[in-house]
Amino acid sequence: MRRPIRLSRPLIYLVLIGFSAFYLMPFYVMVITSLKPYTELNVTRMWDLPRTIDFSGFAEAWTRVSPNFRNSVEITIPAALLSSVLGSINGYIFAKWRFRGSDTLFMLFLFGMFLPYQGILIPLVRTLQTFGLYGKQIGLILTHCIFGIPITALLFRGYYAGIPNELLDAGKIDGCGFFRLYRHILLPISLPGFAVVLLWQFTSIWNDFLIGLVVLSNPSRAPVNVAVQNIAGSWSVEWNVQMSAALIAALPTVILYLSMGRLFMRGLLAGAVKG
Amino acid sequence: MRTAFLVLLPSIVAVAIFVYGFIIWTGYISLVDWKTAVENYDWVGLKNWKALFGMERFDWNMRNLVIYAAGFMTQCILFGFLLAVLLNQNVKGENIFRSIILLPFAVSAIVTGVAWRWLMQPTTGVNLLFQRLGLQGFGFAWASDTTWGALAITIASSWQFTGYIMALYLAGLRGISDEVVEAARVDGAGTWALYRHVVIPLVMPVTFSAIVLTGMGSIRVFDMVTVLKGPSFSTDMLAFHMYQSTFGLYRTSLGAAIGFLMLLLSLFLVVPYLRGTRFEEG
Repeated sequence: MRRPIRLSRPLIYLVLIGFSAFYLMPFYVMVITSLKPYTELNVTRMWDLPRTIDFSGFAEAWTRVSPNFRNSVEITIPAALLSSVLGSINGYIFAKWRFRGSDTLFMLFLFGMFLPYQGILIPLVRTLQTFGLYGKQIGLILTHCIFGIPITALLFRGYYAGIPNELLDAGKIDGCGFFRLYRHILLPISLPGFAVVLLWQFTSIWNDFLIGLVVLSNPSRAPVNVAVQNIAGSWSVEWNVQMSAALIAALPTVILYLSMGRLFMRGLLAGAVKG
Repeated sequence: MRTAFLVLLPSIVAVAIFVYGFIIWTGYISLVDWKTAVENYDWVGLKNWKALFGMERFDWNMRNLVIYAAGFMTQCILFGFLLAVLLNQNVKGENIFRSIILLPFAVSAIVTGVAWRWLMQPTTGVNLLFQRLGLQGFGFAWASDTTWGALAITIASSWQFTGYIMALYLAGLRGISDEVVEAARVDGAGTWALYRHVVIPLVMPVTFSAIVLTGMGSIRVFDMVTVLKGPSFSTDMLAFHMYQSTFGLYRTSLGAAIGFLMLLLSLFLVVPYLRGTRFEEG
């Protein structure tokens, strides 16, 4: 359904513009505050544009969060890549190699995706400690990969389900087995699927706070969002530095979103079963 | 078939251990006497659960959960639906509006919280904006309000999440066939009746998803509360209580009880949802 109803057009635009202003307002405030020098941080002029553009807030924020930003890069990229590859293979199986009970299994996977992490955090920490992975990046990467299994399988299953079985049947007649079908037929046409899943995983892992906080509790090893919260929570840090730090942490995912909005949207709709 | 199963096996084992095994383990920890940094598995039965239910802080948690869920779910669903309906009117610049509304979903809850903490400073921010607009009587304590603090936090969290719900509704609306709408029109349905009797019932599955997603978000809210926390327990939520008990005070068994309770609460939403979901194929 896509048709106008009898609503006044100016009213529609008015409401949409009003809401857009609301959604942009925090970004506006973050940007203008981050560009103000210390002397201009007057609460009565919060909404005013900076008189002079000043990057000292950003410089200060960058010295504080750059190690953590680096940690986030080192954690997010491998975790997103690994979990996407895993998801691609699992999705291939759930879509094209159904066996008895595979649908039930899939359901049990999805169930895991919904649960609040608080219900598994304590055993997670104990297990990582036992294997010497606690407090290490590799431990966090592994954790993100495991908890990414359901969503990545779901996204890829949906993607591969859209590929006709006849294509695979032709390959089977030519004598292709499980791996060759995947490598020669599915993988070459998986690029859009990978783009959606990578984007989705990158965004959720980058934006994670809880697991990073618990697994990498050492402030110097923590991911960038934990560092931003530490800065904001300390109260002694000026607002221009806080806003700069928040913008630095937001930048990678915002850039990805603005450049690949359509893929983002697709992941969003397919992942509607994600909490 | 056999190869497929073997390739899937590591993932099955991982999910079996890290999800199901850990849930049982957490449940078990809630029944033992682990209350220091040192692991202790002495059985105490329901002692931790009784202690939890007797805590004043727990009463605050449940009260705040109700307030938070009411605020968060209402805002996300109401505004999400409204915005989707408006965007579905063949508006010019639909892409731009949609991108703006969805933009907050790309940033983390921490970033959202930090921005809104600045906006919710009693002496400036939104209060100052109200003043400038001539609304002198409007000034709120926001998250530091000892009664309605939890509700103030939902403004920030729904700011971030409404775009997602809007996107779901938009897809739902686009899925309604023109014939259905036409038929209702022919029967003389006006705009209001069309929505009330045709559109809203047809997007019911989306509303159901939206209820589950926002409900789950309310049960597990942690990041946003960590940033926007009000005084004492006025905005305290289960997840925050769990975190502090476990990793701050080492009352691990109590933390496990809270975590397990959060799981149980989630089941009420997840089970009917997964039973009713038909997964998107392609």
